[in-house]
Amino acid sequence: MSGVALDPKTAPTFPMAAKVLVGDTQMRKNVRHATDIIQAKRARVVGEMPDWQELRETGRRVREHTMKFLDVYLEEFERKCTAAGGVVHWAKDADEARQIVIGLVKASGSHEVIKIKSMTTEEIQLNKALEGAGITPYETDLAELIIQLGGDQPSHIVVPALHKNRQQIREIFKREMNLPNLGDTPQDLADAARLFLRKKFLTVKTGVSGANFLIAETGGVCVVESEGNGRMCLTLPETLITIAGIDKVVPRLADLEVLLQLLPRSATGERMNPYNSIWNGVDPRGVDGPKAFHIVLMDNARTKVLEDSEGRQTLNCIRCGACQNACPVYRQTGGHAYGSVYAGPIGAILTPQLQEMHYAQTLPYASSLCGACYEVCPVKINIPEVLVHLRNRVVEQKGFFDPEAAAMKTVGMIFRSERRFRAAQRFGRMAETPLVDKDGWIGWLPGLLGGWTQVRDLREMPKETFRDWWEKRGGAS
Amino acid sequence: MQVALFITCYNDTLFPETGKAVVRVLERLGHTVVFPAGQTCCGQMHYNTGYQAEAMPLLERFVAQFKGSEAVVVPSSSCVAMMRDHYPKMAAHIGNADLTREVEALLPNVYEFSEFLTKRLGLEDVGAFYPHRVTYHASCHGLRNLGLGDGPLKLLKAVRGIDLVELQGLEECCGFGGTFAVKNAEVSSAMLADKTRAVLNTRAEACTACDNSCLMHIQGSLHRQRTGVHTVHLAEILASEAGGAA
Ligand code: SF4
Repeated sequence: MSGVALDPKTAPTFPMAAKVLVGDTQMRKNVRHATDIIQAKRARVVGEMPDWQELRETGRRVREHTMKFLDVYLEEFERKCTAAGGVVHWAKDADEARQIVIGLVKASGSHEVIKIKSMTTEEIQLNKALEGAGITPYETDLAELIIQLGGDQPSHIVVPALHKNRQQIREIFKREMNLPNLGDTPQDLADAARLFLRKKFLTVKTGVSGANFLIAETGGVCVVESEGNGRMCLTLPETLITIAGIDKVVPRLADLEVLLQLLPRSATGERMNPYNSIWNGVDPRGVDGPKAFHIVLMDNARTKVLEDSEGRQTLNCIRCGACQNACPVYRQTGGHAYGSVYAGPIGAILTPQLQEMHYAQTLPYASSLCGACYEVCPVKINIPEVLVHLRNRVVEQKGFFDPEAAAMKTVGMIFRSERRFRAAQRFGRMAETPLVDKDGWIGWLPGLLGGWTQVRDLREMPKETFRDWWEKRGGAS
Repeated sequence: MQVALFITCYNDTLFPETGKAVVRVLERLGHTVVFPAGQTCCGQMHYNTGYQAEAMPLLERFVAQFKGSEAVVVPSSSCVAMMRDHYPKMAAHIGNADLTREVEALLPNVYEFSEFLTKRLGLEDVGAFYPHRVTYHASCHGLRNLGLGDGPLKLLKAVRGIDLVELQGLEECCGFGGTFAVKNAEVSSAMLADKTRAVLNTRAEACTACDNSCLMHIQGSLHRQRTGVHTVHLAEILASEAGGAA
């Protein structure tokens, strides 16, 4: 799927995309290998926390409280951030956000930007828009750099290049950095990236970042990372532009005490991120860091999600990606099947809500509802519950003549009467008879049910139902 | 104790042996089993596929059939999960105060079969004999929604003659997921392939679980691959006795 932007408006349905990707054995191996490693690390560091469940519960409450008073905290953030010398911009949708960022970059006098990994900029496809405006973005996060140089798309919210293995990365670097003799140890690859990026850090005057958290109490912005490249982008450029969804706010600095325990352990299996940066506006003495700081607070359908009492908890997400690593569906398909930069369970609930439902109709069904995502979510988002809620919305949009809806209504009608149910049981036995082989198995089913018999057989229905047996036996003993 | 059996639409139609086994175990333990005849389906398939409105009357039907029961036993963790996780919310949605009260009174007495044995009756050994090599798959709803933990394994360990072998990745979803298996057939098959590989690696004669839905899915693949390995509901193992019919 390289080169094709992940856009729910143009993406194939999940089952169609998944069918192709399930055939990509190398990619599946890479994804399985990487998620196995992260999951094992996560389990280890979570296991050493005796109060993990309490922490999760506190994390959930902090996020829930924030969403309840989101307007209050956003206003407080704006006030405090402005007082510290930052400039706050509000964007109602992706287009407005892109225009604001492009305007700010142009005003900074630069034709290039260095970027810190940010899913929000991926969400609005900022890089494409920047390029369209004659601005060259350079990703500085190692994984994002791999994606950018490879003309690829992220497949995971924390580890965007998780679907690539080291050999594939080496090929990309050899080709794009013009390094025919590049070695293949992790050190060789890191060195190549470091050399490539160092020039950019020292010459590019404008930086673009996302945010992990916005702190209302102080007007501060928090970014956590593992490599330190982000910190270079935060401190070296003259102008720093941060773009964040309005859901990123937390009330108090002290709330980070909880969230910064939950996030790294869930995301990468680290006790703490190697780099935790919090910055407040600009240095009033003009000595340290950027001279100008702008922050774009983007709605992009988030207030709409907030209005829905059942879907709302989606906004509590702190983008740790644990649900992706735990999801058996994601582990089979990788991220690109989800047709959006948000993949896995969180993508399956976030994308249909951020985009109009009809662009992402099949995503709420991209789950077996096994609950592994809910089990690991550090802020206890009940993803299966939201999936089912969204399935209801999909069904509401179905027309009267939809075959599935018709079948479901019929079966529902049957279940509402014992007599009809028993008749249907008898009918089922009759109807299947021509399909049953001499050993009592069915190897092929027609229509909607054909998916079943692609790889599985079905035993013929027993001659006698339980209730028939019970009656013959004379009811209660 | 008088135990009301909710057999589930699925077991009633496709797996009557499981229901018979539940009756046999409970009666052997000295309980009386009743079977409210008007029962049909818990509404899970509709609810989980997004047809909430179709599930509502099934909740009402379930409550009408089972209210006042001392205990309700269900040989399916996913149906019990459906009830525990969603019935209260659905009743509130219907907005009928009586119904809400009845659901609240009824739910604490609804048990998945293995849960009834281990938690309500406090039993591990139910006097079964099953001289076969068996592996156990923890179905997702039993594991995560009901928190069955190692309850089913304890019951199995107490079975005489059994050779219980651990399943690698026992907590991983088998890929059934109701309509998921049909709507996302390819992904479901890939998940199933992992599961059946794990089952075959145990060299067990049979794979057991607390849900016939997972088992039907696993069995379907084991049969397609002509492996000779079969599946059997936990209740059927527990119902087997030395010299018995099963
Ligand atoms: S939904 Fe939960 S587990 Fe998934 S990315 Fe968000 S916070 Fe992490």
